[in-house]
Amino acid sequence: MNGKISSFQSLGTLDGPGLRTVVFMQGCPLRCICCHNPETWDFNVGMTISADDLVEKILRYKEYIKDGGATFSGGEPIYQAKFVAEVFRKLHDNNIHTCLDTSGCIYNDDIDELLNNADLVLLDYKYSTDEAYKKYVGCSVSAPTYFLEKLEEKNIKTWIRRVIIPKINDDDFSYSDIENMKKTHSCVEKIEYLPLSLLCKEKYENMGIDFPVEHLFE
Amino acid sequence: MKYNQWQGFNKGIWTEKIDVRDFIDKNIMSYTGDESFLCGATERTKRALARFEELKKQERENGGVLSIDTSTVSSLCNYPAGYLTDEDIIVGFQTDEPLKRGVNPFGGIRMARSACESYGYKLSEKIEEYFKYRTTHNDGVFRIYTDEMKAARHCGLLTGLPDAYGRGRIIGDYRRVALYGVDYLIECKIEDKKKLADNLMDVDNIRLSEELYSQIDFLKKLKEMAQIYGYDISQPAQNAKEAVQWTYFAYLAANKEQNGAAMSFGRTASFFDIYIERDIKNGILTEEEAQELFDDLVIKLRAARHLRTPEYNELFGGDPMWITESIGGMSLNHKTLVTKSSYRILNTLYNLGSAPEPNLTVLWSRSLPEKFKSFCAKVSIDTDAIQYENDDLMRPRYGDDYAIACCVSAMKIGKQMQFFGARTNLPKLLLLSLNGGYDNVFGTKIGPQMDVMDDDVLDYNTVLSRFNEYLRWLCRLYVNTMNCIHFMHDKYAYEKTQMALHDTDVERLMAFGIAGLSVIADSLSAIKYAKVTPIRDENGYIVDFDTKGDFPKFGNDDNRVDEIASNMIINFRNELHKTPTYRNAKHTLSVLTITSNVVYGKKTGATPDRRKKGEPFAPGANPMHNRETNGALASLNSVSKLPYSAALDGISNTFSIVPDALGHDKNERIVNLVSLLDGYFAHDAHHLNVNVLNRETLMKAYENPAEYPNLTIRVSGYAVNFIALSREQQKEVIMRTFHLTV
Repeated sequence: MNGKISSFQSLGTLDGPGLRTVVFMQGCPLRCICCHNPETWDFNVGMTISADDLVEKILRYKEYIKDGGATFSGGEPIYQAKFVAEVFRKLHDNNIHTCLDTSGCIYNDDIDELLNNADLVLLDYKYSTDEAYKKYVGCSVSAPTYFLEKLEEKNIKTWIRRVIIPKINDDDFSYSDIENMKKTHSCVEKIEYLPLSLLCKEKYENMGIDFPVEHLFE
Repeated sequence: MKYNQWQGFNKGIWTEKIDVRDFIDKNIMSYTGDESFLCGATERTKRALARFEELKKQERENGGVLSIDTSTVSSLCNYPAGYLTDEDIIVGFQTDEPLKRGVNPFGGIRMARSACESYGYKLSEKIEEYFKYRTTHNDGVFRIYTDEMKAARHCGLLTGLPDAYGRGRIIGDYRRVALYGVDYLIECKIEDKKKLADNLMDVDNIRLSEELYSQIDFLKKLKEMAQIYGYDISQPAQNAKEAVQWTYFAYLAANKEQNGAAMSFGRTASFFDIYIERDIKNGILTEEEAQELFDDLVIKLRAARHLRTPEYNELFGGDPMWITESIGGMSLNHKTLVTKSSYRILNTLYNLGSAPEPNLTVLWSRSLPEKFKSFCAKVSIDTDAIQYENDDLMRPRYGDDYAIACCVSAMKIGKQMQFFGARTNLPKLLLLSLNGGYDNVFGTKIGPQMDVMDDDVLDYNTVLSRFNEYLRWLCRLYVNTMNCIHFMHDKYAYEKTQMALHDTDVERLMAFGIAGLSVIADSLSAIKYAKVTPIRDENGYIVDFDTKGDFPKFGNDDNRVDEIASNMIINFRNELHKTPTYRNAKHTLSVLTITSNVVYGKKTGATPDRRKKGEPFAPGANPMHNRETNGALASLNSVSKLPYSAALDGISNTFSIVPDALGHDKNERIVNLVSLLDGYFAHDAHHLNVNVLNRETLMKAYENPAEYPNLTIRVSGYAVNFIALSREQQKEVIMRTFHLTV
């Protein structure tokens, strides 16, 4: 089975526990204003790779990631759920810890099966209101909410992640809402707040497109 | 027991004959705990350090040299005693004052003269007069160098050859002086010399007889030198302080006698630990005092200096001494050689602040105690001052009592020595072969003369077969050149003190080197996988290349190019082996540049990998800057594929990562760095310099050097004070790949 990846990073330490290889899948339907990887949006580009080849590539790092694992990010990896699920199964055959980094913007049977093979999910729960979700992401807050319920139901270890954007989600309500998730969901192991980074600005410039989050501070 | 000083030690072969390894094996107290027992600097240490920092500041303000004694030839007994403070614990300086440099013209009077002049001094008439009637190593070499050797040296095909100063890279087993005392060592050498009497008096036997005479002579001088400081070292050391002092005296004697490029210290910490444990058990030493011994020893080592010329500094930036101390590792019987003193010596980086010397080298094994691994990672993150080398790779070849000389050169202590041989510039050789024996930077002809390759687009197989012809020529020339150098060094600047601290029947290694490995690998990859069209000057010589299309680049874990790099090493090794060496030394090879990658680049035309004329190479075995697109581990994997079995003198890799990319906080970073080192060495990689720092820090230090007097970074097999590098070297370091967060 083939999938489409945007890039492969052999050393990641910020997306899940320990040293991890990180695969950035190609294609994402969302347009988050603070997206770090605009090059992963287009579903029509990227490198085609078979599940076996990708697993083999990851296994080149087995000795380094024995206390870490492999993280699939993107792009939106759940749009290639069948492929990622197959890779996860094969990684498990090799005792590699698997981690899915997702927005949780959709749910279907393939994703359900993918979750069955994920050791950890990093759920990017970006905002606490539907209004903000629609304005800055392009989907409803009900999508990640539903996704989280599924994670709870399946009892899959989850880290909730949120990029803090001044004046948009640094208010008391947003903080208490997200902190509350840890209390109401036993699957949530921790909440990670990530600082807003503008380092990816150059990518936007190279692609000749606008970096929306910049305008918030003009 | 033969000596009272050995009371409390376990007996073994070592009590019957010289065998330091056996002493360690029988007496070592392995330590698997954490660093919580360590002590900080004492008030006395702080005072000594303050005095030392003050002198270093003066040295810096004085243009890099504090002062020079221009009227004394450096040797063991030529200076009165020198002290840092009136409360030194470990005593001895190379001259009569700390940081004052002596002159050592035995390697070459020209170098000594011009070094003095470049710092505003003049070599005394007395020394000039004396050396009129004395042949130096440098004189000897240039009497016999062929025209071709001179040409290869001139155009920088062979660079950094030790033909004008001491060759270095020899580690005396300085511990022998502490364990046995000088008298017993003299006795053994006298016995060895007597045995030669029955042999045929051929060249080898005559030379060795004379060498033994000199060794004995200098062992006597070593005793005399210690006398100047009020010590009698004819007998074994009787406590930890004496063990450190005796050992240091032996090292100091070597440093007074020789100005070798690398004057490494050996593997001493766990040896000292045996004495420290005995003293602590006997209630005559506290932990604080044990740490103080190491702190004071390290201050003395940090004060070691040789007088160099600016040209030398261009090759080996930052005034390095390579006082390499090898730490940790495992024994052949699977116990760890990590002791509390492995921690103590690393702790000097906290007590005295980070610094390049001594060149602390951790011999890494997957079986090292986990707590020690974590401590090393912590020290790396905090200080950027240590390097790692793969004990699991070296132990099967060198046993468990080897040490690293210089950056990456392993040798069995006291049993092997090395003929150091700098390195050859491979990308330049490639260009030379394409141009049929014409050097396009110097405009000179050298090597086999053929037509310039006239292909429109370069064909990989044609290029490779042409290159291999030049490689054969070069390797023969290289071995022959080394034979000349080392014959003359043995003849005119033999290391009497250091060789007296080796077995008489010593095994010799001849260490060759290559520079620009990633440039030539990427260049050949470009020729193979992209379209490379030569650009010619008006005389038809190739001066540049038009490279169209993408090609696999070394540093991305891509076998297509990584194999080109590996095969290059294997071919080079095989070609070297075809020419016999002086004194039947074993050919070895390193992939190492020190900071000379900048000068090599300067002397090399544009290459097919799109590197411009004059641009620096990557250091050592590093991938070229910023060509690694698959992240740090892919880069490490590429380097780990290079075959150590074909490059037994070491494969150097320098790794820089920003703290944020290593983890969110200190603890995560420590755990992750340990995983990284474990993974890298599990792939049979040989060496790693680790820097955990932000490029911005270096840029600030570049702009305001005065504010960063002690900023230490690892460069290529050694650590250096960043601000002591030349501006060009600093820029090159800033340009290098820093693995960032993803």
